[in-house]
Amino acid sequence: MRIGVVTFPGSLDDRDAQRAIRLAGAEPVALWHGEHDLHGVDALVLPGGFSYGDYLRAGAIASLSPIMAEVIDAANKGMPVLGICNGFQMLTEAHLLEGGLIRNEAGAFICRDQRLRIENNSTDWTGDFTANQEITIPLKNGEGGFIASADTLARLEGEGRVIARYLDVNPNGSLNDIAGVTNERGNVVGLMPHPEHAVEPGFGPDTAAAMRSGVDGLAFFTSVIERSLVNA
Amino acid sequence: MPTIVVEVMPKAELLDPQGKAVAGALRRLGKTDFTGVRVGKRFELSFDGPADAALLAEVQELADTVLCNTVIEDVTGIFVLEAAAGETH
Repeated sequence: MRIGVVTFPGSLDDRDAQRAIRLAGAEPVALWHGEHDLHGVDALVLPGGFSYGDYLRAGAIASLSPIMAEVIDAANKGMPVLGICNGFQMLTEAHLLEGGLIRNEAGAFICRDQRLRIENNSTDWTGDFTANQEITIPLKNGEGGFIASADTLARLEGEGRVIARYLDVNPNGSLNDIAGVTNERGNVVGLMPHPEHAVEPGFGPDTAAAMRSGVDGLAFFTSVIERSLVNA
Repeated sequence: MPTIVVEVMPKAELLDPQGKAVAGALRRLGKTDFTGVRVGKRFELSFDGPADAALLAEVQELADTVLCNTVIEDVTGIFVLEAAAGETH
């Protein structure tokens, strides 16, 4: 399976996302924001970072990039798309996901290992998790407060489209402790914390077993590979 | 050069952490007459030619789709900036 990672001006975690894809067992393909070409990939990751310095709104200018026309078209046809952090912001700006992300409630940038509960394990990116599995992956954002109108929020909750919720503390003021959501079809997922930073022992969050041994993020990437094999 | 101004504010019902931080600073300066601060954005679009209905309609569309994300913000004003005194007669 070939999974594209789009690099935008100001992307930070594109290389980490490529590494996570490789460790999960797929082939990462570097894609460039300025092209109108997905190079025949089977799935897409929009990585974290600060595209265009968060000018206008976080993810807003990147969501208007040339390649986003192809990303939106592919997503609407069912291609799995994962937006992490800044990528999540781009997906909301592109209207592939509902809701929006605003500045953290406390006004401060937050960087911590964050516990989450996976509440929907039927999306293309969460199938390898067990129901209500609790995981720990890094969180690092300045504008991660998930908001939506009361109607939208009720629909997202009612349809099981909240895929992950913050546990212990709500780090950024997100409504209903929402850390990630999916679209109706379950192929597009946006997540504020960073699974790509918890994929290799020695480089992940601390666990009870050993320092930096946490690899809870890997299942997001193995999920989409598994899904492609089922659909093949 | 004529200019159209577009003003965008965070939705009234949402938290405005930036405004909250500024309000805190005013309070620390002893400026207790102000009960709240909200921080928004002002865009100035320059153009050549007349600000006719078609152009204003185009600006309205850009305001609603690009300059403002209506999930989290509202467009609170669109107006043509009067030319500075002395520039025209």
